[in-house]
Amino acid sequence: MRKLLLLSIITVVGLVFIARLFYLQVYNEDPYSLLDDNAIRKVRDYPKRGYIYDRNGKLLVANQPSYDVMFIPREVKSLDTLEFCNLLKITKEDFINFYNKAYRYSPRLPSVFIPQLSRMEYAVLQEKIRKYEGFYIQKRSLRDYQTTIGANVLGDIGEVNNYIIENDPYYKSGDLIGKQGVELSYEEELRGVKGIKFIQKDRFNRDIGAYKDGIYDTLPEPGKDITITIDSKLQEYGELLMRHKHGGIIAIEPSSGEILAMVSAPSYNPNLLVGRQRSRNFTKLYNDTIAKPLFDRSLKAQYPPGSPFKVISALIGLQEKVVTTQDQFSCRHGYYLGSRRLTGCHSHVSPLSMNQGIAQSCNAYFVNVYRRIIDKYDKPAEGMDVWSNHVKSFGLGDYLGYDLKIGNKGRVPDGAFYDKWYGKNRWSSTYNISNSIGQGEVETTPIQLANMVAAISNRGFYYTPHIIKNIEGAEIDEKYTTPNYTTIDKEHFEPVVQGMFDVYNGGTAYSLRVPGIDICGKTGTAENFMRIDGKRTQLTDHSIFVAFAPKDNPKIAIAVFVENGYWGSRFAGRIASLMIEKYIRGEITMTAMENWILTHSLENEYAKPYSGKEFGINRQSALQVIEKITRDTIVNPESTRTSSFNLQ
Amino acid sequence: MQRDFRGLNFDWITIALFLLLVGFGWLNIMSASHTGEIVSYFDMNHPYGKQSVFIIFTFVLIILILALDAKFYERFTSVIYFLSIVSLLGLFLFGKNVNGALGWYGIGGMTLQPSEFAKFATSLAVAKYISDLQTNMKTFKDQVKAAGIIVLPAIIIVLQNDTGSALVYVAFFFVFYREGLQQIYLVVAVFLVLLAVLALKFNVVVAVLVAGLLIFGHHFFGQKKRPQIIQPIAILLVCMAVSFGIKYFYNNILQFHQKDRISLWLRLENDPQKLHELKQTILYNLHESEKAISSGGLTGKGFMQGTRTTGKFVPEQHTDYIFSTVGEEWGFLGSALVVLLFVALLLRILYLAELQKSQFSRVYGYCVASILFFHFLINIGMVMGLIPTIGIPLPFFSYGGSALWAFTILLFIFVKLDSNRINEW
Repeated sequence: MRKLLLLSIITVVGLVFIARLFYLQVYNEDPYSLLDDNAIRKVRDYPKRGYIYDRNGKLLVANQPSYDVMFIPREVKSLDTLEFCNLLKITKEDFINFYNKAYRYSPRLPSVFIPQLSRMEYAVLQEKIRKYEGFYIQKRSLRDYQTTIGANVLGDIGEVNNYIIENDPYYKSGDLIGKQGVELSYEEELRGVKGIKFIQKDRFNRDIGAYKDGIYDTLPEPGKDITITIDSKLQEYGELLMRHKHGGIIAIEPSSGEILAMVSAPSYNPNLLVGRQRSRNFTKLYNDTIAKPLFDRSLKAQYPPGSPFKVISALIGLQEKVVTTQDQFSCRHGYYLGSRRLTGCHSHVSPLSMNQGIAQSCNAYFVNVYRRIIDKYDKPAEGMDVWSNHVKSFGLGDYLGYDLKIGNKGRVPDGAFYDKWYGKNRWSSTYNISNSIGQGEVETTPIQLANMVAAISNRGFYYTPHIIKNIEGAEIDEKYTTPNYTTIDKEHFEPVVQGMFDVYNGGTAYSLRVPGIDICGKTGTAENFMRIDGKRTQLTDHSIFVAFAPKDNPKIAIAVFVENGYWGSRFAGRIASLMIEKYIRGEITMTAMENWILTHSLENEYAKPYSGKEFGINRQSALQVIEKITRDTIVNPESTRTSSFNLQ
Repeated sequence: MQRDFRGLNFDWITIALFLLLVGFGWLNIMSASHTGEIVSYFDMNHPYGKQSVFIIFTFVLIILILALDAKFYERFTSVIYFLSIVSLLGLFLFGKNVNGALGWYGIGGMTLQPSEFAKFATSLAVAKYISDLQTNMKTFKDQVKAAGIIVLPAIIIVLQNDTGSALVYVAFFFVFYREGLQQIYLVVAVFLVLLAVLALKFNVVVAVLVAGLLIFGHHFFGQKKRPQIIQPIAILLVCMAVSFGIKYFYNNILQFHQKDRISLWLRLENDPQKLHELKQTILYNLHESEKAISSGGLTGKGFMQGTRTTGKFVPEQHTDYIFSTVGEEWGFLGSALVVLLFVALLLRILYLAELQKSQFSRVYGYCVASILFFHFLINIGMVMGLIPTIGIPLPFFSYGGSALWAFTILLFIFVKLDSNRINEW
């Protein structure tokens, strides 16, 4: 038996070892991946980010190199500190601070010494950097905006956050990613594909050469250049007109759904969000909770649409055959139910038919039409649903599906909405007649309103609005080239379009005509409220205007929203007319109108709720006249924002 | 078994296993120690180049050993043992200190480690003593004498601060046991290890309690007719003393690095600061070697393709940690194969030893198997994190001339003795 002891121990140990090996190598193993191997340094080779052009081929966004002075603390040899500090324009104390901070982080790993040198600083340093052992220059790529406009359209890029890093393996810490606007929407096309180099490390984390002579390395794939549908001249003009006003403009080409201009005011210079100053400037913009420059009003602001919505009421009335173009309704400065006035109206001829109803923007006319639509059905909820479906077919009440990542659904109530509110069938059409004139529960965003106008100008269909015109070598999404039809038959549009044409010819926008261009439009004035010190307070009405031109074969459909601009034709209407002339004619002949817009500000109006004092609205507010805004003030990046905000 | 009588009747299976291990070892040393392109396999600036030279010299040694008469070894055992002890003692005068241990002679550009050679010398001496007709391993007197033969070199080596090498002499226990050492020694040995682990891992009270339970259990439920009470209590008292002794030994006598290794193995350290420190040092090596092995997976990353090996993540990888290279580059299949090769070699030696007609050859064969097994157990166990860190080489595999030659001599003397067994009476 004594023979067996060593023999059995040897056998047992052999088995235990094999079991342990099995546990370590086979059982306990995640599949081995070169990417997870921390013995291999993965150096990513960043491709050129794609350029962005406007619809006319003007370059809007390019790239600029930026140079970081990097260093590896323990490789730094004795150097002429004074000369080095002078080169970098830092003090000796800074030098010692940077050095110590990086040394504490890691003496062996590269740290940033001075980030983002300018080209000039780099040029000087480039020749001398060899003298300073342990220091080197790393090139990175930043965005270079060739323009000062369109911050909300173009967006910006910034470092990825942890959430993205965890959820998308493509991104690594320090990578740049599109944060807003087109940069965000077309991130994948613009960024290209990173190349990767595998470098063998040793245990001190030093590079000792390419892994397997680089057979797994890949080259970067450059980002694609994209062309967007924005007309940069129109965009720039829109931003100029909207200076000292809050609101948004959306201009769409009805025949394609391309967004020609997308103005959100107040805006900012996109160059503010580039490079060393980005986070500081971003914080300033972000903290401005009054003007909210980062809030894209053209896409996100949800307002009651006001009178432009009346044309929808007219169209539904015709489609539902509850009214003909000849039917007349009378208006006694409002709509009366028995002796109770449900809504007011201004002075105009009475009674009037559809054409004049639209041209004169008569509230009473549309309340009558609306009641006939709802009351056509046995139950109000049923009628409400029919009405709601017609409205929604214009792209209202839900996300439009355009290719920018922000937006709002707006609101179009249906039968269930009021059933829930008042109780099932415990309400009638008189409960919500304000819907007919775009007040009440209906809310829209400027882009929805512009799209609605585009659908009317096309006499019954629209293309989903989009910002992308062309991606280098690729077709744009089919979704943007397929028409969406409304539930209104084509023949019902002509009388409504004629009504909108007459808005300009004798109607509420008579003063805004542009000789030589057949514009159809509709004014709007929307009441609005704000909670001040817990009290619901009415502010000066919003000025709203929608239009398209020319009347036949329209080239542009536009919606303009000016917060607290009072009545429709006062600010929004003027801006719409000017934008249309600018786009169709390429120059402005209506200089008086332009002058008026450029010399009037609404800053007073916006300051009111924050003044802490009692204030008057509408009629009681005085117009603020300012020195004429010129284009130069826009081009200068220091003053692209309204004067109350001082950015560096 | 039919053997060739004309002189080449060596056990070719053993020789083949030896060649496989040496050859595979060399490939892994090359992988673990190359930097950049391999210009020449004999590039003396790199360990793999030196190892090539060592291996060539090994073949010269093998021819010499096999050419000598089999009786030579038995006859000159005393001389060899004496020379070996002298060479160990000589280190005190002429030795070179490497990594804290006074274990090397520097001869020209080369170094020699006499403690490696002392293993075969001691094996011969043990074989000679036990096979003496007057020796009876069942008697206490002869047991002490036999122990003296192994303790002498072991003590010298401990004094030279090379505890790892000295520990190998524990392997002779298997030889003594095979040749008649009483069973009680085995029981006591196992018991001592158990006591030590319990006393260190928990505390003396737990250790004594467990010991008490075992002892009383054995006495009361064993086959003895009259349960005694005095004897178990006496044993228990001894256990208590031993437990305290172990605790004292651990706390006051062991050097810091030895203590750390044990505390790491038994997971005794709770102080995060200290633990962090250990992670940078001992644990680092262990962690890196385990990681290298794990990353090999089933089939490994391929020869010379191991990322952690190429990056030199495991310090001392070409010497004591060579098995981690096998693990990373050859995967489970390769490393299991190496384990199987070792097991096959050891079992083959044991099988041959039992076939020997002369007691000298048999005992010597047992010595060879025991020593090789002990190295195999400690080295691979350490690299895979199963036993505490003890820096001894993996036979035939690790880089190093002294170790390779000493193991070759150890093995081939047995091959020679075995080839001669047909002539023995």
